[in-house]
Amino acid sequence: MTSRARTLLWSATRHFLLLAGALVMLTPFIWMLSTASKPQTEIFSSDLHLIPYHFALWDNLRTAFAKADLWRYLLNGLIVTISIFGLQLLVALPAAYALAKLRFLGRDGLFALVVFCILIPPQATAIPVFLLLHKLGVLDSYAALVLPFTISVFGIFLMRQFFKTVPDDLIDAARMDGISEFGIVWRVMLPTAIPAVTAFGIFSVVAHWNDYFWPLIVLNSEHLQTPPLAVAQFRNNEAGTNYGPLMAAAMVIIAPLVIAFLFAQRRFIEGITLTGIK
Amino acid sequence: MSDAAATLQGVAAVPGVRARLFARPRPAGRSAAAYALAAPAFVLMLMMLIGPLGGVIALSFTDYQLGAPSFAWIGLSNYGEMFADRVFWISLKNTLTYVAIVVPGAVALGLGVALLVQSGSGLRSWYRTVYFLPVMATLIAMAIVWEFMLHPQFGLVNGLLRAAGLQGHSWLQDRGTALYSLCVIGIWQATGFNMVLFLAGLVSIPKHLYDASEIDGAESAWSRFRLVTWPMLGPVTLFVVTISAIRSFQVFDTVQVLTKGGPSKSSEVLIYTMYTEGFEFFRSGYGAAVTVVFLGFVLLLTLLKSALGSREVHYA
Amino acid sequence: MAAIEIRALRKAFDGADVLKGVDLTIEDGEFISLVGPSGCGKSTLLRIISGLEPQSSGEIWIDGASADGVRPSARNLAMVFQSYALYPHLSVFDNIAVPLRMKRLSALERAPLVGWLMPGRRRAERVIREDVERVAEQLEISPLLQRKPGQLSGGQRQRVAVGRAIVRQPRAFLFDEPLSNLDAKLRVHMRAEIAQLHRQLKTTFIYVTHDQAEAMTMSGRIAVMIDGELIQVGTPTAIYEDPRDIRVAEFIGTPKINTFPGRVRSDGRLEVLGHVLHAATPAPVGECRACIRPERIELGASGILSGTVVHLENLGSEAFVHIGSAGMNAPAVARVNDPSQLPAIGAPVGYGFAPEAVRAFDAGGKRIATTIASRVERPREMAVV
Repeated sequence: MTSRARTLLWSATRHFLLLAGALVMLTPFIWMLSTASKPQTEIFSSDLHLIPYHFALWDNLRTAFAKADLWRYLLNGLIVTISIFGLQLLVALPAAYALAKLRFLGRDGLFALVVFCILIPPQATAIPVFLLLHKLGVLDSYAALVLPFTISVFGIFLMRQFFKTVPDDLIDAARMDGISEFGIVWRVMLPTAIPAVTAFGIFSVVAHWNDYFWPLIVLNSEHLQTPPLAVAQFRNNEAGTNYGPLMAAAMVIIAPLVIAFLFAQRRFIEGITLTGIK
Repeated sequence: MSDAAATLQGVAAVPGVRARLFARPRPAGRSAAAYALAAPAFVLMLMMLIGPLGGVIALSFTDYQLGAPSFAWIGLSNYGEMFADRVFWISLKNTLTYVAIVVPGAVALGLGVALLVQSGSGLRSWYRTVYFLPVMATLIAMAIVWEFMLHPQFGLVNGLLRAAGLQGHSWLQDRGTALYSLCVIGIWQATGFNMVLFLAGLVSIPKHLYDASEIDGAESAWSRFRLVTWPMLGPVTLFVVTISAIRSFQVFDTVQVLTKGGPSKSSEVLIYTMYTEGFEFFRSGYGAAVTVVFLGFVLLLTLLKSALGSREVHYA
Repeated sequence: MAAIEIRALRKAFDGADVLKGVDLTIEDGEFISLVGPSGCGKSTLLRIISGLEPQSSGEIWIDGASADGVRPSARNLAMVFQSYALYPHLSVFDNIAVPLRMKRLSALERAPLVGWLMPGRRRAERVIREDVERVAEQLEISPLLQRKPGQLSGGQRQRVAVGRAIVRQPRAFLFDEPLSNLDAKLRVHMRAEIAQLHRQLKTTFIYVTHDQAEAMTMSGRIAVMIDGELIQVGTPTAIYEDPRDIRVAEFIGTPKINTFPGRVRSDGRLEVLGHVLHAATPAPVGECRACIRPERIELGASGILSGTVVHLENLGSEAFVHIGSAGMNAPAVARVNDPSQLPAIGAPVGYGFAPEAVRAFDAGGKRIATTIASRVERPREMAVV
């Protein structure tokens, strides 16, 4: 077989294998879309088909929004993730700057502590933090959802690594201009670190939008539910009957992140990779 | 008073000089600034991470229950109860089974997909996006979709099987298949993440090594893989395996929503046990003990990674 | 040993022509350098010869047989890379042994544990060990055999890379800028070693470099490549003394050759900066450029040109005087052998050169022949009746 034919055969094989795998990856999404567009009768039939005979997507969506306050839950998700990320920046950036550029007694110890804390899985601290919040009386509130996550040791680590690459001269010039250390963090370091901050942001928003464990534990009130809780609640309520609206609700819940992802794939994947390779 | 101090006082008495002295902190002043900058993070670390870590270990030695007025130190009683509890051992076994299936599965598939994607130039970013999509989509939502797909009567999976002439199963309702169904969902979700990490590793392998291997006689893709790709991916592979293992140990969402540990505890896992004990029965002390066991495994994995990782450091 | 023929080779990347029709015959056993500025296509040419890259059109013939479709490892050529490309996870011994194991052991024999059970493996390994140790001794790296590349210095890594090439006993060695990553002193030392190696092995060496000093000092022949074209091929002396193209004259030689704008007069004499030279050419009337090497410029009041000293470079053993003149964009550079006799900066100075030192090039950059003459025997361009 000539070299050209061999290359073509390999190209075809590669695409075949990857497309097969891609199909498996996409099947739940496709099926979700398909089911959300079907009326009840078509869903509960043993006749398996992809394209609905009767297009019922808008009906299902309307039912979903009527049964559950989906806009509210999406809003909750937005409030919670943005609050968390904002506070994380407020806490992590100054600390990262201090660790990266300033010399003080206990610096290495503090950094070792940060690295140690990264290893602590979130579930491990759940019980004591829950008890603490209970003592403070803030359970079942936005505060309970946001407070424990304001400290992101991972964010501190990531930003410190990035800050270390900023030239010292830039900082000295800022000092000569009379900017205080605190000012340097926001007016010098932050602007140069936009890529790292973006990666951090993506990592944080994705993780906390999708978080099910913690909201499940600290929330009771329905109006505070975050998207994952909302869709789980919906399923429990419908328990095996209203699959159409349920799939529609699931669609609505994953839509924000998926759309953002499709628009900024490169950034997302870079962000997750960057944070993954530590 | 020393001459220097007197001079300084005299100097500081001049208004403009005083302002200038405090506007630009000298190195000593910078130290104070550093403490101020790092303080919030430090305090929060103690409050939300280190404190609770110590707290959970301490709690495991008590019989505390949420809302109880007081508690007692009961030593290792919680652990004794745990090790005597049949459900705990099932939970542990299930968790280890889950990890043993999902980690090799997701790592091997992630590596395979990454290699396939890199081996050609067509549609690379499209494939990357598609395989990464499951990682981004909220797991709870997708788990519910999977639940419907695995529905015994109307689900897609059984429908396809029947169309092929095979028998359908009650995937999530049958104790023989529930855990394995969860494993499939776990692999489906984790593959894309591993793929992205492996892609980063593959891209960083110097091209010249492949040229050299080509000249040295590595003619087939397999021999190039063995000579260059696999050894150079060593650190990345170790990292991916560890991360996958730790994430698999944390499995909870799918269990809580789809099976609640059932049927008959066949899909009960460690974190779910911790959840039910700590947040449904509010037996904080006992829940803490389960958490400590969980922590033990995570620690073991981390130590293993450090031990293996420090052995091989590759220079270009 | 190989005679390698390159015929009408073209290569395009994404529509851009990198090699624009290269013809070259490389003699068996010679040391030939491919020299040119960065981006001229020399590394691409080397990769095509090795088989790592296919050509867009044209042919490569090795020892009288076409290399079309023959895989790199089957061409029996060895390559030494700029980055050495040593396998980081293998010891020096294993690095050198890789090509031998690939060639002499079957896939099964190479398998990690099972391979050792195969009958021929042990015997083959013994021969491999002898070959590797012999090469290691030749390159004086025997004490390093158990180390990994990460533990070696740059020069040691270079030798391992060369060892991996030698052990294959190839028909020709291809060097892709192997000394670029070394510091200056080490580079000079390694130049001598590589030249010595060539004398020992007597195998064809094809050596790619952007450093013209390397090419001049090591090769039997130099091929100058600029912008994807082979401009001139010849011995170092020929390239230096007799450049056929102004680009060759400007690329070879440090400091750069001096270029004076001038023209060919109607009587055939060359005129430079308004002064008529004792050099003449049969070339047609028009713009031309006269190039003179720094070492051929003589300082002195009797020189026909004059200018002001704008810069001095005193290297201790010799010095270079930069002279700014009216009508010249860049200063002329003259070499002075005795640094103790330097003019001062800003001083007016006269300079000149022997007519034999002139290398003249037409407006298109091609060399025009010059003869020493006060008169010229040449038909007049303008017939004045």
